[in-house]
Amino acid sequence: MNLPAHRVVLDASDISRSVTRIAHEILEDSKGANDVVILGIPNRGVHLAHRIGGLIETFEGREIPVGSLDVTMFRDDLRRGKLRSLEPTNIPACGIEDRLVVLVDDVLYSGRTVRAALDALGEFGRPRAVRLAVLVDRGHRELPIRADFVGKNLPTSRSETIRVRLREVDDTDEVVLEATS
Amino acid sequence: MTRHLLSCEDLTAEDAILILDTAKRLGELSTGPMRKLPTLRGRTVVNLFFEDSTRTRISFEAAAKRLSADVINFAAKGSSVEKGESLKDTAMTLEAMGADAVVIRHPASGAPYRLANAGWIGGSVINAGDGTHAHPTQALLDAYTMRDHLRGGTGDLQGLRVCIVGDILHSRVARSNVSLLTTLGADVTLVAPPTLLPIGVEEWPAKISYSLDDHLPETDALMMLRVQNERMNSAYFPSAREYSRRYGLTASRMSRMPEHSIVLHPGPINRGMEIASEVADSPRAVIIEQVRNGVITRMAVLYLLLGGSESGLGDLVDEEATA
Repeated sequence: MNLPAHRVVLDASDISRSVTRIAHEILEDSKGANDVVILGIPNRGVHLAHRIGGLIETFEGREIPVGSLDVTMFRDDLRRGKLRSLEPTNIPACGIEDRLVVLVDDVLYSGRTVRAALDALGEFGRPRAVRLAVLVDRGHRELPIRADFVGKNLPTSRSETIRVRLREVDDTDEVVLEATS
Repeated sequence: MTRHLLSCEDLTAEDAILILDTAKRLGELSTGPMRKLPTLRGRTVVNLFFEDSTRTRISFEAAAKRLSADVINFAAKGSSVEKGESLKDTAMTLEAMGADAVVIRHPASGAPYRLANAGWIGGSVINAGDGTHAHPTQALLDAYTMRDHLRGGTGDLQGLRVCIVGDILHSRVARSNVSLLTTLGADVTLVAPPTLLPIGVEEWPAKISYSLDDHLPETDALMMLRVQNERMNSAYFPSAREYSRRYGLTASRMSRMPEHSIVLHPGPINRGMEIASEVADSPRAVIIEQVRNGVITRMAVLYLLLGGSESGLGDLVDEEATA
């Protein structure tokens, strides 16, 4: 029998260090995060966004607006697959007009989710700039998109699957590489 | 897998909640300066209206356009239908034009069912009101409005006390609401004079009452139905004034309802007839919200039927998002 090989590529402390580093990098890049708005892409990107926002709040001692942005309606591959259910969109009260928006997702792969997110942002205003933070960049981009803040670069083959588990939804923090042969 | 939305009887509680949740998400996406969502770009939605209904038609039209679908309005008046074209030939014409969905309003109960099941068209059929049978999207927007106000906008309507008042006999809105609201767990009471209750109503999953006053203190949501002008002189009740006195919602009647309660009306309203002007203008009347919720609810139905490679009603598989 040919069982899929599982390999934990990031454990809880790796994830914690990555998220902390990303929070510091955002702070540094934005020179104090004064006009930063952090928007997570459902599902797991939202939890990461809240972690990052929480850390910046601890470092700086003031509130950082964090929200969520569902990009489903803006995807270009909707008709290719089964219907996707919609997830919450929650834009902080300050809005995104002239703000520095940091999009957060768990895995960066084809780049199509991020493209959809850039379109979705247009519904709510025109940010000063948009940055992208991801926990894992696994390569295989299909669009000219890159991340500004990366937890871990993970070269993968297309036949492999990356599973990000976060304690908010999965009771554990880990990133697993599954090689389905 | 259900490709069509024909009546609320076809919806499980799961389906209904999925539609309401989807509508809520769409409402969240439509807060700012609303622009079009690109989701149904390249899809064609035909509004096929054999009965005049400006409100329902423009609501479906707005919903389809906000999702970037192409919309064709086909009104029976002044069309080939007046020249004697049958439903079948109309349907086959629309099919040849590549309609992905047909929204149909028809005076004959069952016309949408025939359109969906006769094999004339390959697209989805959405019932926008047929005869005295069903008006599922109206019931869905009513349920959405009740859930939004009285259940925090999530889950079902377990235990919600709903009164539907007026011409139950001719009302497809009442039929669809009884079906959907009870599927979602609400307790429904129908209030009307005996002449405006249909034969066999005791078989419906609802309580029956002839007195509005008895129920006011125990009502969370009160739905007033329009008294259709054409019924006024048909001996269903002695006079418009008498109907209004016994079944009209006045300010003093509203004051006997619980603080949190809301008043719904599918519109258009007859001020001074089934609903007093001051009630219609009070903050507890959610009639204008119903109109807004109608658009997002219909967007949700269109998205769920047309958004993916197959319909999302009946069997939704929520894939792990692949970045």
